[in-house]
Amino acid sequence: MLLGPSLVLSAILFAIGVIGVMIRRNAIVLFMCVELMLNAVNLSFVALSTAHGFGGQVMVFFVMTVAAAEAAVGLAIILAIFRHTRSVDLKNINLLQG
Amino acid sequence: MENFLVSINYTGWILHVLLALPLAGAVAVALTSAAVAKRLALGITIIEFLLSAPLWFMVNTATGTMELVATVPWIPQWGINYAVGIDGISLMMVLLTTMLMPLCVLGSFSYITHREPGYYALLLVLTTGMIGVFVALDMFLFYVFWEVMLVPMYFLIGIWGGKNRLYAALKFFVYTMAGSLLMLVAIIVMVRVAAVMGGGKVSFSYFHLLSYAQTPIMGRLAPWLFLAFFLAFAIKVPIFPFHTWLPDAHVEAPTAGSVILASVLLKMGTYGFLRFAVPFFPNVAFSSGVTTVVVSLAVIGIIYGALVAMVQPDIKKLVAYSSVSHLGFAMLGIWAASIQGVQGALMVMIGHGFSTGALFFLIGMIYERRHTREIDAYGGIAKVVPIFSLILTFVALASIGLPGLNGFVGEFLVLIGSFQQFPIATGIATTGVIFAAAYLLWALQRMIFNKLDKPDNETIPDLTRRELIVLVPLLIGIVWMGLYPKPVLDRMEPAARRYILTAKGMPIPGEAVTPTRGAAQ
Amino acid sequence: MNPSWIWLTIALPFAGFLANGILALVKPDAKRVVSLVGPGVLLAAFGVAAAIFAGLWSAPPDEAVVVPLWAWIGAGALEINLALQVDQLSLVMLMVVTGVGSLIHIFSVGYMHADPGFARFFAYLNLFVVFMLILVLGSSLPVLFVGWEGVGLCSYLLIGFWYQDKANADAGKKAFIVNRIGDVGVMIAMFLIFWSIGSLEFTEIAKRAPEALAIGGTLVTAITLFLFLGCAGKSAQIPLYVWLPDAMAGPTPVSALIHAATMVTAGVYLVARTSVLFAMAPLSSAVVAGVGALTALFAASIGLRQYDIKKVLAYSTVSQLGYMFLGVGSAAFTAGVFHLVTHAFFKALLFLGSGSVIHAMHHAYHASHSHDDPQDMRNMGGLRKYMPVTFWLMLLATLAIAGVPPFSGFFSKDEILASAFGRGAEHPIYYLFWAMGALAALMTAFYMMRLIAMTFLGENRTGAKEREHLHEAPAVMTGPLLVLGVLTVAGGIINFPAFWPTGPHHGLESWLEPVLAPAAKLMPVHLPHGSTEYALIAAAVAIAILGLVAGYRATMRRTIPVAKQAPEEVGFAKVLFHKYYIDEIYRSLIVRPLVGVSRLVLWKFVDQGVIDGLGVNGSGGLARGLGWLGGRLQSGQLGLYVIVFVVGAVWLLHAVGR
Repeated sequence: MLLGPSLVLSAILFAIGVIGVMIRRNAIVLFMCVELMLNAVNLSFVALSTAHGFGGQVMVFFVMTVAAAEAAVGLAIILAIFRHTRSVDLKNINLLQG
Repeated sequence: MENFLVSINYTGWILHVLLALPLAGAVAVALTSAAVAKRLALGITIIEFLLSAPLWFMVNTATGTMELVATVPWIPQWGINYAVGIDGISLMMVLLTTMLMPLCVLGSFSYITHREPGYYALLLVLTTGMIGVFVALDMFLFYVFWEVMLVPMYFLIGIWGGKNRLYAALKFFVYTMAGSLLMLVAIIVMVRVAAVMGGGKVSFSYFHLLSYAQTPIMGRLAPWLFLAFFLAFAIKVPIFPFHTWLPDAHVEAPTAGSVILASVLLKMGTYGFLRFAVPFFPNVAFSSGVTTVVVSLAVIGIIYGALVAMVQPDIKKLVAYSSVSHLGFAMLGIWAASIQGVQGALMVMIGHGFSTGALFFLIGMIYERRHTREIDAYGGIAKVVPIFSLILTFVALASIGLPGLNGFVGEFLVLIGSFQQFPIATGIATTGVIFAAAYLLWALQRMIFNKLDKPDNETIPDLTRRELIVLVPLLIGIVWMGLYPKPVLDRMEPAARRYILTAKGMPIPGEAVTPTRGAAQ
Repeated sequence: MNPSWIWLTIALPFAGFLANGILALVKPDAKRVVSLVGPGVLLAAFGVAAAIFAGLWSAPPDEAVVVPLWAWIGAGALEINLALQVDQLSLVMLMVVTGVGSLIHIFSVGYMHADPGFARFFAYLNLFVVFMLILVLGSSLPVLFVGWEGVGLCSYLLIGFWYQDKANADAGKKAFIVNRIGDVGVMIAMFLIFWSIGSLEFTEIAKRAPEALAIGGTLVTAITLFLFLGCAGKSAQIPLYVWLPDAMAGPTPVSALIHAATMVTAGVYLVARTSVLFAMAPLSSAVVAGVGALTALFAASIGLRQYDIKKVLAYSTVSQLGYMFLGVGSAAFTAGVFHLVTHAFFKALLFLGSGSVIHAMHHAYHASHSHDDPQDMRNMGGLRKYMPVTFWLMLLATLAIAGVPPFSGFFSKDEILASAFGRGAEHPIYYLFWAMGALAALMTAFYMMRLIAMTFLGENRTGAKEREHLHEAPAVMTGPLLVLGVLTVAGGIINFPAFWPTGPHHGLESWLEPVLAPAAKLMPVHLPHGSTEYALIAAAVAIAILGLVAGYRATMRRTIPVAKQAPEEVGFAKVLFHKYYIDEIYRSLIVRPLVGVSRLVLWKFVDQGVIDGLGVNGSGGLARGLGWLGGRLQSGQLGLYVIVFVVGAVWLLHAVGR
């Protein structure tokens, strides 16, 4: 019924998240964009579960758990970086440059 | 004596003990203090030599087959065995190795002054590696020993070497590794092909692979497989143009390292050709194209090595390039595949071990006194160090190939053996003896003759008793090999004949043709 | 004595070498022991040789007696025994080497007595005799080659005996390397012989060669030419003669023993030894004769304008060796060996005489601390008064070398020239060789008389202070000279020609007959007979006398300035004085380019530039460069990574989805 529109919405949200990761420099914003992508995927899982059974809904819980864990670790890292450099601008964080 | 050796089942355990003793000794040496380490290492290498000496009598070399063969499963799933054996050729190589090692240890006593336990432990590990290469009859085992030998040498150069040691060590390692990895690939391919042909039987056994070497599938792959083996061994020999690691490694290595490199390690290349590369792929090795290339490279190496040696300002580099020249003779003999040529190549290998080993010892000794290897830093020192000068002259003459000393026998046999097949190449190679005289005598003149005009040289002490003990066995070897090489030649002849028959793809008299080979036709 | 004791002649000098060598290292000033041991072992060896010779004198063997010592090298069909061969030819050489060698050893006791390297000198000299005897006694080419290279080694050591002087060390090295060029020829000849005849034994070669090889064929010609290359090296023939004049840097007894009497004649010996092969190759024989004649002429012309007394004798040796090759090249192997023997006598005498002169000059200059050259003849003159024995003996030797009858040199030289002339009947080119030989004989007489006149006659030019120190050598030196003098005068007796009034006639020829018969059968010698023969002899004597007179008059005509005030040579004399600039030509055309190419092209360019630079370090650099490029992608900017990732993911999805 609403499967088509739901998937379209999911795709739009995912694309926003991807573009955000690609062009934004602020670590926090970037982080939120990652969350946005995860939740876009969650949306499509839920939408598809109506057609394919509950497996998708179970998967959503997994994703949310992982996202929570990731947010905890990720935010802690960002905090640590901020303490060190007084900035969360990714332009300045390039320690892995070859 | 013989009865006693039989009663203790000498032939049953000797090869394993020769392999295990230095390895166990290395562990012990590594754990002791510096003063103990050198003596312990000396003791172990002397025992090793004494143990190996009866092999001279106890190995039956009359048939040229592998004797004292022992096979123990190691990784049975992949058909890998601990398989060893010895024939006339490897016998001489093993004895050369065990004879040199005590001298190398003794010769290092005053040269090595830091981290001694590690140094002597590595020398012992190296001993196991070298002996292993000469007795291994399983390609996997052979490859393991081949690489085992590489690592201690890397550290010997890298830790105890001269100024530019890291560059030299890395160059040595990477150069050799590049060749040997290709060889590993070739070995694995051969094992896979043999398994497919042989109904799934996976085996790294030398004889197993040898019996499948002539099958059509292997034949199609042969050029590539041969190329891989060729590169591995050519780098080791070294054949021009794969030789540039040698001067650097020789110059930077400590004395014992140079001696081992020249006397034994280089021989592994020629040994590899004799034992593996050529018998596996005789059709490729003796195809007209490959023959032309190898013989040309050998002759180029002889002349080129001698000419470049002539203009070296550094005496160690000079000797290093002279090795390129000498080993060119060995390659020529191996490819001539006549009995004189192969026997000559083997004599060149042994003779070069004695004379070049002695040369490196002598250079090390004078280096300890003056801390320079520049030829022009010396001059006229015959007056100050007569015994050193006498021995240096003597060894140089042996290296030049003066008849009656060891160098001549090998060169003469190689040249007479290859003349029939490659008259032009042999003719050119013969002129190498002129250049050999030129570079060594010129260097000799600039070092020990001429005017004693540098004050630093006026107070050099002559050789000590310990140094004489190091040199005398080599000098005896030089004279013996020059005047009475017959016992050595006789012991190697059957194995050399076997090589020639295999190389020519002819059946060996008295032995049934291997069924697989026949079936594959 | 039984020939099987022949090894003793080698073992004795070898024992002397060991004893003297050890003394040289541990107790160099034990001169008394050394002066007993050094010549003693040689005399003992001579005794053994004489005993064996005497034993075979009455019943000479038809075939060579081969005394095997031990099996040396064996590989397949190649079996080489260290074995000694006793036959007529090797016995002649044995007697010459041990006999003349003994005399020179005794002379050396006096000559070298003040030298700090006394023991070392005798060790080398003994070792030389060991190798020389191996050379002449070896029963196969490889064994001969042991001696062949061994004498080269001793020559190297003895030329550079006073090694502190760079020129001496240079000369030794040059001798060895030039000899090695010839040795390559001998080696290649051995390979060819082995693969064509199947044996390297002399007896086998003589037996099988006529069947195995075609007469005049390419193979036998190649073999003999390569052999001759070796002979040219050892016996100082064109183009490899350049080392011998330089070899005079060694002590004078060395020049006498090695560079006049024995070693340099090894080439002639080798040709005689392999006479069958040379007899089968007329072309090679002509080359041998031609090179010999050319060398005789060429070296004699250089000798005309040298001032160093030993250099004159050196070029004279080269020239006389040329004669020997002219002889053996004319198939007159006996004549070649004959001249070898007589030359050993008179040239040893000349060298030892010059040694005696140099000894006196050296002492005179030493006493006054002068640094003048004691070997320069311009500093001598009038020495007859001070050293009469030396003068008379050297004069006898001069008459012998010039070819004045009845001295030994006359017979041997005459026989060589007659053989060359005789062969001209078949091959007219030999008439040219004969003419060259005759012209060289004229020059020989000239420069030898010049030497005598400049050294012994006229006014003394040594210097007033030095003059009183000039004196005759001690008895230990003049004694050997006297013996050599007797041999020089009477040496012709061993092979008097048929026309000579007293016998025995053709002694050497009939003695050597069993050895040389196979060759003589293949290439007989036709000596001129009757009036032609007498005309040739008359011409030879006339040439000798003319040369002597001209040499005397040309030298005595004007006063000779001492070496220091000598004017620069001009014109062709300058070219002769500088030996046709051959050394300079060799140096700038061969030696320098070879070293330069080796250094700049082979080492710096090929080795360090191409192989190491491009190949080895180049591949290392390539890996490093690729790594650097890869590193550039790692910008550290997260956004860029994500863009790449997304683009890649989209491309992948697109590719998979299709």
